[in-house]
Amino acid sequence: MSEKAVKIEIHGLCKAFGPKVVLDELDLDIYEGESLVVIGGSGMGKSVLTKCILGLLQPDAGSIKIDGREAVGLAGDDLEAVRRKIGMLFQAAALFDSLPVWRNVAFGLIEVQGRGTREARQIALEKMADVGLGQDMAEAYPAELSVGMRKRVGLARAIATEPEILFFDEPTTGLDPIMGDIIDELIVKCVHDLGATALSITHDMDSARRISHRIAMLYAGKMVWTGPTAEVDSTDNPYIRQFINGLAEGPIETEVKVA
Amino acid sequence: MPLLQPLGRTFLAFLSAVGRLTLFALISLSHIVRPPFYPRLIGRQMVEIGYYSLPVVGLTAIFTGMVLALQSYTGFSRFNAESAIPNVVIVSITRELGPVLAGLMVAGRIGAAMAAEIGTMRVTEQIDALDTLATNPLKYLVAPRLLAGITMLPLLVLTADIIGVFGGYVVSVFKLGFNPATYIKNTLDFLEPIDVISGLVKASVFGFLVTLMGCYHGYHSRGGAQGVGTATTNAVVSASILILCFNYFITELFFAR
Ligand SMILES: Nc1ncnc2c1ncn2[C@@H]1O[C@H](COP(=O)(O)OP(=O)(O)O)[C@@H](O)[C@H]1O
Ligand SMILES: [Mg+2]
Repeated sequence: MSEKAVKIEIHGLCKAFGPKVVLDELDLDIYEGESLVVIGGSGMGKSVLTKCILGLLQPDAGSIKIDGREAVGLAGDDLEAVRRKIGMLFQAAALFDSLPVWRNVAFGLIEVQGRGTREARQIALEKMADVGLGQDMAEAYPAELSVGMRKRVGLARAIATEPEILFFDEPTTGLDPIMGDIIDELIVKCVHDLGATALSITHDMDSARRISHRIAMLYAGKMVWTGPTAEVDSTDNPYIRQFINGLAEGPIETEVKVA
Repeated sequence: MPLLQPLGRTFLAFLSAVGRLTLFALISLSHIVRPPFYPRLIGRQMVEIGYYSLPVVGLTAIFTGMVLALQSYTGFSRFNAESAIPNVVIVSITRELGPVLAGLMVAGRIGAAMAAEIGTMRVTEQIDALDTLATNPLKYLVAPRLLAGITMLPLLVLTADIIGVFGGYVVSVFKLGFNPATYIKNTLDFLEPIDVISGLVKASVFGFLVTLMGCYHGYHSRGGAQGVGTATTNAVVSASILILCFNYFITELFFAR
């Protein structure tokens, strides 16, 4: 991986909400074509990290370079140009509930790429087939779908415009193990087919092992470990040991004290 | 000194809120005239505001016109001035009651619905998803609603004017014993274009205020279902107060001196 270009370069990223420091001088490099998974406990700021990269939240300090160009503080057309490179699967899918499934998937094709309705629908149906959704689902509304279905639609929407970068925020959380496995396989397949750079977020270690080349662990606003997925089970990093074994004892302080 | 401090802080917070609202309104308005346009979304909002509000606004108008005739009769008959009733009805309805009551009813119907819908989109990250898909939410969500409010409220108020005057006619003719032909002639004699025009200008401003409040409070809502509830209440209350406040100033602009 080392000779590959850096796709996203994060340096000294800080973000606080009032007195609560969420990201504290965070550094992270994501290489072109790799699949990186960020693990960490709930409320550690994993979603905040992706929102900073997307420009949905304004970082307090630090730099985020995408393809070597600074992305922090962009606005208007420049910001939209960056966002066009990125497809995102939100934690709760965030489907537009006023639109039927196929219009959700086709949204970027119609509104951003300016394709005609007929062509966009055709592509949307293909992308839906890629994630295992039949044509009969096309006219359904998001409120009628199960959680697993919604994640699939969200996934199809994220890959529809064939972006260079894909973000997956807790793709398997809240799913049963079988559906989780299916979503993981879809993610691996989509990332491979598109040749995209992927940043996923999870606290599910099985899922992390399946979909990543590299793993980074976020704790107290910093990356406390970064390494190849194969090494995650053999490292003696105390944070990783505690996290993957689910121990109460260790350097990770939980807010709930066990008496 | 300790007394002035919280006062000053409140005043500064008020100023910054007004600033944010003004910026929100100006940016959203500018999106109305800049492409890309969303005719499908604009059309849907126009139908929602203009067509589906008709029953509510119509009922409000007809009963207002009826009670207006009844009350003026009680007052005017003491001075043998019953013939002024058509005048009172048409002037009150077109200048004040038509636009104000329609505005308030639409604030309850449309302002609340917009705040709830956009607020839900905010707390379920649908607005973030729009941003991520390189689509400006102010252009996609807010601008079509503002445009629909500004254009549809005058049409709604024009309808309300006609229905309201008809309500006054019904009571005057069938209950108070007016001659139908005379009542209509008197009404038309007293009909001044400026009364209707000022009412329609008001309607347009109220339509803007209602949709702006609905969108603004929805867009800035936070904290799950409770936050959406608060946004909805704030949208209706602030729109209603602004309507009454602007009503005074527009009246002054048209009719003072
Ligand atoms: N818009 C916001 N305003 C205030 N606090 C926030 C906001 N977004 C996230 N936070 C806080 O930041 C912390 C990290 O949140 P998040 O990134 O969602 O965690 P997770 O790692 O589970 O995805 C949480 O404690 C949350 O309360
Ligand atoms: Mg999260």
